[in-house]
Amino acid sequence: MGYELNFGALLEYQDVLLSGLWMTVKLTVVSTLLGIMLGILGAAARRHRNPFLRHGSKAYVELIRNTPFIVQLFFIFFGLPAIGIKMTEVEAGILALVINLGAYLTEIIRAGIDNTPKGQIEAARTLGLSSRQIFIRIILPPAFQRVYSSVVSQCIIVMLGSAVVSQISVQELTFAANFIQSRNFLSFESYLVAALLYLLLAFLMRLIFNLIGSRAFSREEKQS
Amino acid sequence: MSLVSVRDVHKYFGDLHVLKGIDLDVKAGEVVSIIGRSGSGKSTLLRCMNGLESYDQGAIILDGMEVSTDEFQVRKLSQSVGMVFQSFNLFPHLTVGENIMLAPTLIKKTNKAEAKKLAQEVLEKVGLGDKFGQYPEKLSGGQQQRVAIARSLAMKPKVLLCDEITSALDPELVGDVLKVLEQLAAEGMTLILVTHEMNFARDVGDRVVFMHQGKVHETGDAKTVLADPQTPELRQFIGAVL
Ligand SMILES: Nc1ncnc2c1ncn2[C@@H]1O[C@H](COP(=O)(O)OP(=O)(O)OP(=O)(O)O)[C@@H](O)[C@H]1O
Ligand SMILES: [Mg+2]
Repeated sequence: MGYELNFGALLEYQDVLLSGLWMTVKLTVVSTLLGIMLGILGAAARRHRNPFLRHGSKAYVELIRNTPFIVQLFFIFFGLPAIGIKMTEVEAGILALVINLGAYLTEIIRAGIDNTPKGQIEAARTLGLSSRQIFIRIILPPAFQRVYSSVVSQCIIVMLGSAVVSQISVQELTFAANFIQSRNFLSFESYLVAALLYLLLAFLMRLIFNLIGSRAFSREEKQS
Repeated sequence: MSLVSVRDVHKYFGDLHVLKGIDLDVKAGEVVSIIGRSGSGKSTLLRCMNGLESYDQGAIILDGMEVSTDEFQVRKLSQSVGMVFQSFNLFPHLTVGENIMLAPTLIKKTNKAEAKKLAQEVLEKVGLGDKFGQYPEKLSGGQQQRVAIARSLAMKPKVLLCDEITSALDPELVGDVLKVLEQLAAEGMTLILVTHEMNFARDVGDRVVFMHQGKVHETGDAKTVLADPQTPELRQFIGAVL
């Protein structure tokens, strides 16, 4: 073994690493929140009266699920300016992540919705709820609960996938690792640290989601 | 004037002629039991009465409103007609109290405090005053069904439709639910129920409607019809269920 590990040399780049980590956290939080909203809207569109919305949502899901994320990202950042839509690296990165996560979540949430017992919808109609009220109040909450663990996994996949936006120079964690190893040539250490930080983020995300889930979906008796 | 008036209603599921010209009038305060074999169209008829199912011909007028499946019309009808299902259909993510308060707050814009009071009231009525904060999954079938009844009652309907609401229950839980219905009947609630509970139909019901192959085959005063059926089909049916 002629290679000596030298993690100490990374300390010099501590700030770069931390600011990269912070950017990854921000990308993740924003794209997770917006992506979940988009997924809910996409799933709602799938059962809408209007056929354009239904088919539009389906086309969107198919388009995103069957093309590489990096191509989606490049299209948004390098392609769209050709038709006059320009944005910063971070904006393009977030948009690509949101669109990507939204498509997968549309499909996941739709599957949860499809398992809604028909009788509950009929009961709600009988009580006088409108279609929109039925979707928001009756269908969505249990459907979301049914697929919650898949939603969480998908959000984590997108957090990890955010590494790709380093390709358009968003200065997130992977970008930072690239930068550091290009300066000190400590590839092994740089990427290992980055990997551990991603692992930590994934772990924290799951923890936070689980906490939210167990609060939101508790079926403990409520005091009135 | 009838509260519910069904005139020559026909219904097809594709080629299947399920309702073949149904006529039925129900006055306010009446308790009408619809009986008949599986597949005779009982549920379909009931579901046509509140717009859950469309019909192809004829007319149904409920509380002065023409019944149709149009969303706006169904919502309007919901102020006058409630429905309880065989499978309870409580909303699993809401507590008992929330299940009951949902429609009054959303539809009637009742304020929260008032809705709560109302929910507590109807819960007491079905004997479950202590279950307000509990989730449906923690209740027995019989309790869930009584919550479902309470949920309907909270909308103060003029007529309550019940489709085999005791059929999914363990035998020992049926009595509690029937007791609630009996009490409602005594208070003057108009009830139209599809049921296999012949004793209930005879003792509590005013009228029996026997459906056979999509038609009202025999109908009349509950005690008379059940004690002395005029058609061989009803005689055979009664023999089979008793
Ligand atoms: N949504 C539907 N699509 C097609 N056919 C249907 C539908 N609902 C009911 N049917 C058919 O219509 C007929 C009448 O059904 P309905 O449910 O009204 O009978 P029922 O008298 O309530 O029977 P049961 O005692 O079994 O509940 C049956 O042949 C049934 O298979
Ligand atoms: Mg039936």
